[in-house]
Amino acid sequence: MSIKVINSGLMTTIQDKGRMGYQASGMQVSGDMDRYSASIANALVGNEDDAPLLECTYLGPELEASEDVLVAVTGGEPKVLVDNKPVHAYESLILHKGQHIKVASMEEGTRAYIAIDGGIDVPLVLGSHSTNLKLGIGGAEGSKLYNGEVLNTGRPTDLANAIISGKSHIRHTDHEYMAHHHLWQENNHGDSHEVRIVLGPQDDYFTPEAVKALDGAVYTISNESDRMGYRLEGEVIQRATQRDMITDGIVFGSIQVPPNGQPIIMMADHQTTGGYPKIATVISADLPLLAQCSPGSKISFKVISVEEAQDIYIKFRQALKEQIALMDKESKEEWPDRRPGVINYNLKIDGQLFQVSVEEIK
Amino acid sequence: MEAMRILTVGDCAVSVEFGQEISLEINHKVMALKMVLEREPIRGIVELIPTYCSLLIQYDPMDLRYGQLRDRLEALVTQLDEVEMPPKQVVEIPVAYGGEYGPDLGEVARAHNISEEEVIKLHSEPEYPIYMLGFVAGFPYLGGMNKAIATPRKKSPRLKIEAGSVGIAGEQTGIYSVESPGGWQIIGRTPLKLYDVNRNEPVLLKAGQYIKFKPITKEEFRTMENEHKGN
Repeated sequence: MSIKVINSGLMTTIQDKGRMGYQASGMQVSGDMDRYSASIANALVGNEDDAPLLECTYLGPELEASEDVLVAVTGGEPKVLVDNKPVHAYESLILHKGQHIKVASMEEGTRAYIAIDGGIDVPLVLGSHSTNLKLGIGGAEGSKLYNGEVLNTGRPTDLANAIISGKSHIRHTDHEYMAHHHLWQENNHGDSHEVRIVLGPQDDYFTPEAVKALDGAVYTISNESDRMGYRLEGEVIQRATQRDMITDGIVFGSIQVPPNGQPIIMMADHQTTGGYPKIATVISADLPLLAQCSPGSKISFKVISVEEAQDIYIKFRQALKEQIALMDKESKEEWPDRRPGVINYNLKIDGQLFQVSVEEIK
Repeated sequence: MEAMRILTVGDCAVSVEFGQEISLEINHKVMALKMVLEREPIRGIVELIPTYCSLLIQYDPMDLRYGQLRDRLEALVTQLDEVEMPPKQVVEIPVAYGGEYGPDLGEVARAHNISEEEVIKLHSEPEYPIYMLGFVAGFPYLGGMNKAIATPRKKSPRLKIEAGSVGIAGEQTGIYSVESPGGWQIIGRTPLKLYDVNRNEPVLLKAGQYIKFKPITKEEFRTMENEHKGN
């Protein structure tokens, strides 16, 4: 089973959760920018959470299936076409032999994730399938996808077999229950997205006024932004001391401030260590949102405590788990009936819940 | 010695800082804490990144909350003095200084009013301890540089620095292990590959070893570079 890359898109790479365990040697973690959307995409096709999938930026790829295969596209609001006809994102799709799927554009957000059942079959390099473009390792020979490339896929999942043979309903996830979508709207304050941060580790390198002003400060994501980091433009963050700090460790979400006072948020391909002081760190639950912001987007920082951030993180992880469990449950059930013309109701009679499908008599 | 500080690095990491200067004494504390945490792992800790003065500890709040980790770490630091460090190992690194291989050698010399030869002499004299690897795969951060050649980073970082480039940033010296953008003052280049994914050990150097730079000519550089390509 394989897929052929008809058009690679702007910047499409194979990613998984990232290359953990080698940061002490200076090896970057890489991995998907928006772990939330990647998890949902894999769940929609019955893959393991960590299965290698495609991450694309703005203009996605056009792919051709060599056999019937189950695919799903998530991340922001991608415009997805199968043989030039629009289809739903956030839903498992049967791609028949010879059909083309294309992520034509992003109506909302920046990065789409394309999961294929069985995952993309590329070798493990130091424990991960993630593409590290800087080192030229992982993914498909350490590079982004190119036109004409053929990607093998792993053994078809049970879910794919069941759906393709018509024994199971397709998997979908409702937008109104989409934590990510919800987060996007909830955090959209007029023209800026709220990004929550925890102060430290080097907030004491900056003036108390600068630290105070960071709470609520609005920054624009500049054009010099990629998987490695987002350079921000806005209020200059004033240093309290000019002494060089001694290089220390960095995480995905670290906000470092170089001498020009314009912050840089370190993203998935960030280096493991750095010599600029880090005034704060973006909370883990807001990284998927940040990954979907594009150059020109405005973000506003909100300072919260580490305990609050961990409460949000745990809630976020549990919500994702529940969302995937719900998909599992729904795809095993016969209800709701998704044939056209059928209307489904939840009815409560004497305290008992009934699921009713109504179809017009022809 | 300054007191240990536990700094918050978002919701999934802390940095345990033992001081704010480059010293072997402080770095030994970092390495010792790393060794203790590897010997007796705390459930929830997922990765350890040692640097000059601090140990970055990544953890999963699903298993370990911030307050719990703080308490455990505060109890652990009292044991660090008893940890034994491995014996000294010195790795020789050949370097072609100046010219096309070290475009900032002149700037560094001018900054201190000394000759380029003097910079080379001061730079290649010591045995440098490897305090940490970081920034990119296989990049060693070295201590022990003579303060007489300490030079601030470039105001505007270069977009491309060749692999093997030897540089100075403030009181630090180091070697670029892969091609990269960066703000260090570049004074020379080694033909050795500090990182090569096709080797059994992709990264040449380890934190805790020492290195010594050996000045070589541009001809020697090209010969050695061709030998490595041949391999």
